[in-house]
Amino acid sequence: MNTPKLCALTAPITTVDPNEVKRFQLLANKWWNEQGDFAALHSMNDLRVPFIRDNLLNAHGGRRPGKPLAGLRILDVGCGGGLLTEPLGRLGADVLGIDPVADSIGTAEVHAWHDPDLRGNVRYRAITLEELSEKGGQGAGQFDAVVASEVVEHLADLETFTLCCNQVLKPGGSLFITTINKTQLSYALAIVAAEEVLRIVPSGTHDWDKFVSPMELERLLESNGFHVESIRGMLYNPLSGAWSWTESTSINYALHAVKLEEEPNLDEDDPEDPTVIVAQAKARRWYN
Amino acid sequence: LVGHFQWSLSCLGVKVERKAGFKAPIWGLLLVWDACSDALITFDKENLQDEMAYIVENNIIVAALTKQLENLSDQVRVQYKSKVVKYTWPKSHQVADAIPWVQVTLANGQTLQTKLLIGADGPNSMVRQEAGIPTVKWNYDQSAVVAVLHLSEPTENNVAWQRFLPTGPIAMLPLSDTESSLVWSTSHRHAEELLQLDEESFVDSINTAFWSNENHSELVETAGSLFRTALSVLMPSAGSARQLPPSVAGIGPKSRVMFPLGMGHASEYIRHRVALIGDAAHRVHPLAGQGANLGFGDVACLTQLLSQAAFNGKDLGAMQHLLEYETERQRHNLPMMAAIDLMKRLYSTNAVPMVVLRTFGLQATNTLPAMKAQIMAFASK
Repeated sequence: MNTPKLCALTAPITTVDPNEVKRFQLLANKWWNEQGDFAALHSMNDLRVPFIRDNLLNAHGGRRPGKPLAGLRILDVGCGGGLLTEPLGRLGADVLGIDPVADSIGTAEVHAWHDPDLRGNVRYRAITLEELSEKGGQGAGQFDAVVASEVVEHLADLETFTLCCNQVLKPGGSLFITTINKTQLSYALAIVAAEEVLRIVPSGTHDWDKFVSPMELERLLESNGFHVESIRGMLYNPLSGAWSWTESTSINYALHAVKLEEEPNLDEDDPEDPTVIVAQAKARRWYN
Repeated sequence: LVGHFQWSLSCLGVKVERKAGFKAPIWGLLLVWDACSDALITFDKENLQDEMAYIVENNIIVAALTKQLENLSDQVRVQYKSKVVKYTWPKSHQVADAIPWVQVTLANGQTLQTKLLIGADGPNSMVRQEAGIPTVKWNYDQSAVVAVLHLSEPTENNVAWQRFLPTGPIAMLPLSDTESSLVWSTSHRHAEELLQLDEESFVDSINTAFWSNENHSELVETAGSLFRTALSVLMPSAGSARQLPPSVAGIGPKSRVMFPLGMGHASEYIRHRVALIGDAAHRVHPLAGQGANLGFGDVACLTQLLSQAAFNGKDLGAMQHLLEYETERQRHNLPMMAAIDLMKRLYSTNAVPMVVLRTFGLQATNTLPAMKAQIMAFASK
């Protein structure tokens, strides 16, 4: 076998056949080419990493110098080849990247294992959010933050998605979403211009019907146990290949929401139940 | 050493200690003049409270940096007495079993891997050559002779002197009240002769170089003084009183050495996972005293971009911020190098028209405080 060296260096893919590994490497060249098909996603990190980092630092305070997100557990939903997962891992967080596409997970793993900064704290699983959030799926109430970047515009059922995010987050945890607004402008630019004309994104990537406006998303989140903290517009400049923050949310936008702290229902619970007593005590402290 | 370099040194926590006489501020003036005429130019800060620049001996800087490195020993490892024999560059795409980082093979057989290789290995940079980065370069057919000079008498040594001889500029930079540093750029043959001279003759030739007027031609002198009169009519308050350079009595033991001069510029400062800084990227004539400063500027720029990239969780060897470094530094370094090269060529001749031209130029610039302020501001960047 010609893969013993590979096996010795990386535990997660020992069970993978070497042809698979080659395939992942080819895919990795696509995902990780900063000037390739995913160039716009790479440069979007200049906005989304600081957005996540700074909001988490505000909520949790500074951690070790050099590792601002140390001690935080983050779930990257729809992580793809790991473009956003890796920078978050480098900043010290314990990151789990999930994606239903097994090929993407394989690619992400192959890319990450080279870097000793990532081996300890970045993990990947080929699994959906629903599967993860099921009770016993080891996902409940575990994460300090959930990141769903460029994901919701591909989903059919946003309500379920929101419920699952709530399920896996700790109370007070953060949800970060970046997505595309549903406007005429976004149709003109994100579909026609980006996909058909300029080919910034491969054709057929997006379905305009699935785009969601910030108001709609806010309404959905607030009726499912979240409080929306901020929404910011993002703008892509195809000439420079760079993203910038902007006033208008007509095309791309980023959203930060926080899961509300649980409010135990004092009428219905059994007053003898020790967990209820503890919860009530906590609630009293919180409200005093 | 100018402006920002002091900032960047202090950002790194390095203290260059002001030992008696070893760190000499140039308070007032940088006096530069032509050997073929009387034209001179002085650079001084209006407010003499501010020091314009510092001369610091190289070994002082090295000692200070070494000390700081020892304080950072849990983050920085210095491997002395090591030599690189081979670099293996990462492929642009991922290949089975290949490490996607730069591999460095040392003479002792050890192999290191790195996300980012910084080439700081001087004008004959092996990193640059092995990376196949094309370099524009030429030799100046000149060598520089350097020495530590003992002055005839102690003086308030706060002026740097430079005189453009037809063979090349000779400069005296203050080190302390009794010592100055010599940088004499001249032809290879002359440089070798200077090295062979006994101490007394060598000292004589230095003093002659600074004081003699044998290169003045009458025509140029007349033209020069006419122009000066005209200028003083237009701008009566500008211009400065002529000072006299100190005379030299002796030289420091074994301090006389020479090295060849040339100009070099790497067409690219970066590659995937590689960055060049300092003389590995650019090499200039010492006549403007800027060579080291350009290098320190590279360091300040690269450190800032790398720390920003790290705070954004980026792979340090990624192209995006390396490209930013290259653009910013080339934009700054190229005009400076072009200007230095131009000065060198301008002052390498005895031909009367060139001398008259540069005489006028120098005198005119001397009377324009705005222009001089610009020049100083640029050199301090």
